[in-house]
Amino acid sequence: MDLAILLDPFATISMPLSDWANDSMRWLTSNYRGIFQAIKAPVKWLLDLVEDGLRGAPQTVLLALAAAIVWQVVNRTTAILTLFAFAAIGIIGAWDAAMTSLAVLTTAVSISALVGLPLGILCSRVNWVWAIVRPVLDFMQTIPSFTYLVPVILLFGIGNVPGIIVTAFFATPPLVRLTNLGLREVRADLVEAANAFGASPLKRLWSIELPLARPTIMAGVNQTVMLSLAMSVIASMISVAGLGRLVLVGISQLDLARASVGGLGIVLLAVVFDRVTQGLGFTRRDRGNRGLWEQGPVGWLRTQVSNRQPLTNE
Amino acid sequence: MDDHSPDAHAIECRNLWKIFGQRHLEVLAAARAGRVDKDAILEEFGCVIGVADATFSVAKGEIFCIMGLSGSGKSTILRHVNRLIEPTAGSVLVNGQDVMSLSKGELRALRAHKIGMVFQHMALWPHKTIADNVAFGLEVQRTDRKACRDSAEEALEKVGLDGWGDRYPDELSGGMQQRVGLARALAADPDILLMDEPFSALDPLIRRELQDEFLALSEKAHKTTLFVTHDLDEAMRVGQRIAIMKDGRIDQVGTPETIVLYPETEYVARFVSSISTLKYLSASEIAVAGEVASDAPTIGPDTPLPVLIEQLANGVDHLAVRDGADLIGRIDRPEILAAVGRDLARR
Ligand SMILES: Nc1ncnc2c1ncn2[C@@H]1O[C@H](COP(=O)(O)OP(=O)(O)O)[C@@H](O)[C@H]1O
Ligand SMILES: [Mg+2]
Repeated sequence: MDLAILLDPFATISMPLSDWANDSMRWLTSNYRGIFQAIKAPVKWLLDLVEDGLRGAPQTVLLALAAAIVWQVVNRTTAILTLFAFAAIGIIGAWDAAMTSLAVLTTAVSISALVGLPLGILCSRVNWVWAIVRPVLDFMQTIPSFTYLVPVILLFGIGNVPGIIVTAFFATPPLVRLTNLGLREVRADLVEAANAFGASPLKRLWSIELPLARPTIMAGVNQTVMLSLAMSVIASMISVAGLGRLVLVGISQLDLARASVGGLGIVLLAVVFDRVTQGLGFTRRDRGNRGLWEQGPVGWLRTQVSNRQPLTNE
Repeated sequence: MDDHSPDAHAIECRNLWKIFGQRHLEVLAAARAGRVDKDAILEEFGCVIGVADATFSVAKGEIFCIMGLSGSGKSTILRHVNRLIEPTAGSVLVNGQDVMSLSKGELRALRAHKIGMVFQHMALWPHKTIADNVAFGLEVQRTDRKACRDSAEEALEKVGLDGWGDRYPDELSGGMQQRVGLARALAADPDILLMDEPFSALDPLIRRELQDEFLALSEKAHKTTLFVTHDLDEAMRVGQRIAIMKDGRIDQVGTPETIVLYPETEYVARFVSSISTLKYLSASEIAVAGEVASDAPTIGPDTPLPVLIEQLANGVDHLAVRDGADLIGRIDRPEILAAVGRDLARR
């Protein structure tokens, strides 16, 4: 008996982790169901808004709009790339699914930004907050993405909205991390100069620190977008519609055609979003010493206007 | 608080101590009890003494230099004046008011209205245009946009950079960038300028040019200036008075002449030994007691050495040094030679 415990201890000694997990989840769902349902409402509202817009608008208008926006924030080459990517999505018959995915993605990324940016800012200001948040982020980033699905199903159910919540949860950590990092890396003498001229902490943050940290923060946004896209197939397992579902159905029915359409659509979206978020992180120097509003369609319009009235100064 | 009396002090530091580190109070007690060895203190307490018992005051309109080697605590003193750093002990008064007694809002107002600062590495904000850099201090005070632009343009004009407002800092040379730094400090028309090695990062020719420009500006504007430098020549050129620092302590405060002619410590003596005293000698320092002939030319006590040499070279036998009617002494050729000899012997 004694010898048996020493040799095979885990046969008799065990910690009921699975029971605990079950109990706590049951406790959460039975006591706080209302809260979790309440969280879903604004998410659903935002999703509906975006999705109605994307699916309701004529395809040509969306194509033109996407190209114009990309031209503005990145450059003309990327705008042309975007045009081709979106046209390809349409031609392979993935337009509707892509618009749904786009809506889910946009909503999820907005939520990530809404939570991640302020949290990252807070972490960069208050050391003890960062000391707590950092291990939590480490933990969140090492958990395999599938693992998130179970508690989300139990707490929020299935469908697009729980899918957005799980995606945002999965994709926020790098944004918090990089916002914190970017703000902490701002040159100390530039911050000191702002203090020396009497800037309040808020003014300093807004007009000195955030702009200087922008490239790093946008790298965080880029990672968040990429992770959200990567999550789209996994999230379709809890019944999220869109390109991910095409892939999932393709896998489960060994339907190569559908899987390729969905997969290609995701890749095309990923390429476009990668370029756009990188473009948002460009500094003036990256743009060949032109401001954001001095390039692209707006820049073109401005030169037209100022050519016509050369004597006005702003 | 008396702003208007002519001898009122713009900046006053009283027994200022700054010790960096967790155990600063223990170190303060130890240092006050006479322990001065920096290395031993770092070893035992893990603390660095930044400033030790510094006392000095800067008169309104004066240019006061703080000079010392790197790490001697110059920047630390400077940063106390607008409370970017808070003292471990002692007090700092600006226009008679203790900066530690100010509320957050009052402190911001002091920084925005009364004090302009120039930094060693310019510290211009790379994402803002030159004009926006210069106008930042005004923008903070919520001056309206047009007035901001005007004051910024005016400040840029003062430093010879009018028309550069729409450029960005990295489009300018180092010398121009530091001019922008100066314009930014001047934009709000503050009473006090804090300059932390403003010209050290520039090459010698440009440095000289900017020193001259700064002096010319200063002559017109009469701003109280606390000017930090590690370059003795610069301190001598710019400063009306100089404080020489060593390991956080102020060794001596005085005019360039007194520092060169009458160094009070071994350290200061070694420091100024490279500087010729000849430029700073005047009649009263050279004169010896004695009768003077009735036909000897009379000169004032502050007459500089070159004038004395010129007169004696013109065949005068000796000079009578008089302060008003009082006879101070006489100067003969041997006195001049002795002074030159002493100067040569110093080096
Ligand atoms: N924030 C700080 N933390 C710890 N030590 C500091 C800090 N700032 C300055 N020191 C130390 O205080 C001393 C004086 O520094 P500083 O005033 O910058 O010298 P200087 O400007 O004369 O070169 C140096 O030994 C420096 O290492
Ligand atoms: Mg320094």
